[in-house]
Amino acid sequence: MRQSGQPALATARPHRNRLLRRDVARPHRFGQAIGMARSIGTAVVSAPDGVPSAGAGPDAVTPRGMMPSIKRTKFKLSHQQLLEMYYWLKLIRAFDERLSTLVKQGKVRSGVYTGIGQEAIVVGTCFGLRKEDYVCPLHRDLGTFLMKGVTARAMMSQMFGKATGLSKGRDSALHSGVSELGIFGNTSMLGANLPVAAGLALTFKMEKTDNVVVAYFGEGASNVGDFHEALNFAGVQRLPVVFICENNQYAYSVPIEKSMAIEDVAVRAEGYGFDGVAINGNDVLAVYQATLGAVARARTGQGPTLVECKTYRWHGHSEHDKAFYRTDEELAIWKSRDPLTTFTSYLEGMNVLTGERLTEIETRVKSAIDDAVEFATNAPDPAPEDAVTDLYA
Amino acid sequence: MPRELSYLEAIREALVEEMRRDPKVFVLGEDVGAYGGAFGVTQGMHEEFGELRMIDMPISESAIVGVSIGAALRGYRPVAEMQFADFISCAFDQIVNQAATLRYRYGGRASVPIVVRAPSGGNVGGGLYHSQNPEAWFIHRPGLKVVAPSTAFDAKGLLKAAIRDDNPVIYFEHKYLYRRAKGPVPEGDEIVPIGVAATRREGTDITLLTYGAMVTPSLEAADRLANEDVEVEVIDLRTLMPFDKEAIFASVEKTSRALIVHEDVKTLGLGAELSAVLMEERFSSLDAPVMRLTYPDTHAPFSQVLEQANLPGANTITDALRRLAGY
Ligand SMILES: Cc1ncc(C[n+]2csc(CCOP(=O)(O)OP(=O)(O)O)c2C)c(N)n1
Ligand SMILES: [Mg+2]
Repeated sequence: MRQSGQPALATARPHRNRLLRRDVARPHRFGQAIGMARSIGTAVVSAPDGVPSAGAGPDAVTPRGMMPSIKRTKFKLSHQQLLEMYYWLKLIRAFDERLSTLVKQGKVRSGVYTGIGQEAIVVGTCFGLRKEDYVCPLHRDLGTFLMKGVTARAMMSQMFGKATGLSKGRDSALHSGVSELGIFGNTSMLGANLPVAAGLALTFKMEKTDNVVVAYFGEGASNVGDFHEALNFAGVQRLPVVFICENNQYAYSVPIEKSMAIEDVAVRAEGYGFDGVAINGNDVLAVYQATLGAVARARTGQGPTLVECKTYRWHGHSEHDKAFYRTDEELAIWKSRDPLTTFTSYLEGMNVLTGERLTEIETRVKSAIDDAVEFATNAPDPAPEDAVTDLYA
Repeated sequence: MPRELSYLEAIREALVEEMRRDPKVFVLGEDVGAYGGAFGVTQGMHEEFGELRMIDMPISESAIVGVSIGAALRGYRPVAEMQFADFISCAFDQIVNQAATLRYRYGGRASVPIVVRAPSGGNVGGGLYHSQNPEAWFIHRPGLKVVAPSTAFDAKGLLKAAIRDDNPVIYFEHKYLYRRAKGPVPEGDEIVPIGVAATRREGTDITLLTYGAMVTPSLEAADRLANEDVEVEVIDLRTLMPFDKEAIFASVEKTSRALIVHEDVKTLGLGAELSAVLMEERFSSLDAPVMRLTYPDTHAPFSQVLEQANLPGANTITDALRRLAGY
């Protein structure tokens, strides 16, 4: 990592046409600028303003400019639900942090791509889903498995390569799935989950159910052909799918401005005939709200939406990456927008989160993770014979 | 007596019957809807099944297969059409990484019952990108099954088996055979099981292993050898993965000689594997080296002169059989 004292990223790497592009990207002009006012105007942003933002405000300045926000759909969450959201944020953070430690201790071999700093996206998108809805996560979204109902024990076993993992040791990380829980696990091939997501959504359309598919990809993966094939098909068929872009500004070491000539991935949706919005991906309520709108549209036959969540990953690309391609300042700015801290203050400010509740949640989280690690540590390895089973049905 | 159908009509009949039988079966591919497919395989089906079961896809081979996988995970049995087998390379990742590994990485808790139909093969003046035989790529990938019918009867029966199979099956249908191969095809369920070869001609002196469009010239060559007192047993593999070891071994134990003929190129084609398996497991039965007659290691040229120079035919197969008989 570069030492502090060097110029901050904004000055070090000015974006081409920064102001002009920024104007296009500002959501309230976004629709008008590229002719998208029609359905952004109806579903996602129909309700009046006034729901407080839990995270960085709409005008918080990022190293790469303004943090976009959208006008908000009205929603109600009980205190209990808010605390549940908080629990998930905490659990997913703790899971990833423990994995990071386990890698350093040599107890987990590889394949750890944490989503630390991006948890608001997983929690905000999964929170309102049904069991029948499908998620097609990207490699940092371990939390989607947990929120859709896979136990921490099974996920930890998966990371340990144990027989009790979803893959029975055949692969680690998120390369497995659980059909009964509506979880599709991708291969390593970035973007390859998106055509599959479209296929899942096609079956919901065929069955005339109002279930939806939520499919995730990084901004880097939006340069893969599968992304474009999938979004195009979803647009043509008006499939019930919500595409969630986790724009954490880097694809491994490559910053977004070196991999695409646009600033907002959201504009790509226009090329496929549906709407894209860019939101603050570190604000769990903003993510929840945007997903709510997009999901409501999908459930009512109005087709796909692309929700781009601006965010940042705190760790390197994977646990072995020192991430020297970015500055300490940049990381510090983003850490100040920690989705967990901002949500904590928000809940404390509303008196929803009291000291007692906090202790309770922290204890629950810690014991869940400890239990999972202990379980996975003691779980059996797969039998050697299983290297060549389950190839054919 | 069952009616005669062309190979192409037999494929269509299998699709129609399977779609009537099972509402979870549907077809997706380029131009497969109202137009009826580039070769006319799906003609008339759109009227009966409508556009949600005969899906006209954008030119997106990867999505054609990826969408099929997603639907299969929800219990559907999609039949994806590649307009030409040559374009299957554009869907390669979805087939070899997504579909082939899914059951394995899901710990055996899911399967991918998709069929990818791929019109393959030359002798139709298609040139470099409309003549290929890419079966070996998929035979080489665990988790996939690969079939290649040579008759109208098998075209129907194998497609039915492929649709009902719980694994991803790549179904190579040979373009040269579409309207040239005709034969009796019974109505209804006459399933040709995957993994079972057919002996097209019995013989005691040489085993000829082949498939697809090479079956007919192989039979012609075998007839010629019969005039020279060499009886050739011609085995049509039908399924390339998993190939029918039992039938192959039984024949070679009888004849002690084997010639493999395929239209795919030589290096690491299926012939290489069959030859290696015979060496490893039936060395003591062999009186002569296993021989191969294949397309040379080159591309499929457009000029008829060049293409004919590459394709194995009755004459070159006859020569190869004579060499093997005289070994
Ligand atoms: C098709 C493909 N190419 C390359 C890789 C190696 N790789 C894994 S993650 C990654 C960066 C992904 O960036 P992005 O899509 O933005 O997601 P992020 O990791 O930032 O969350 C790369 C290059 C891959 N997994 N798949
Ligand atoms: Mg990224």
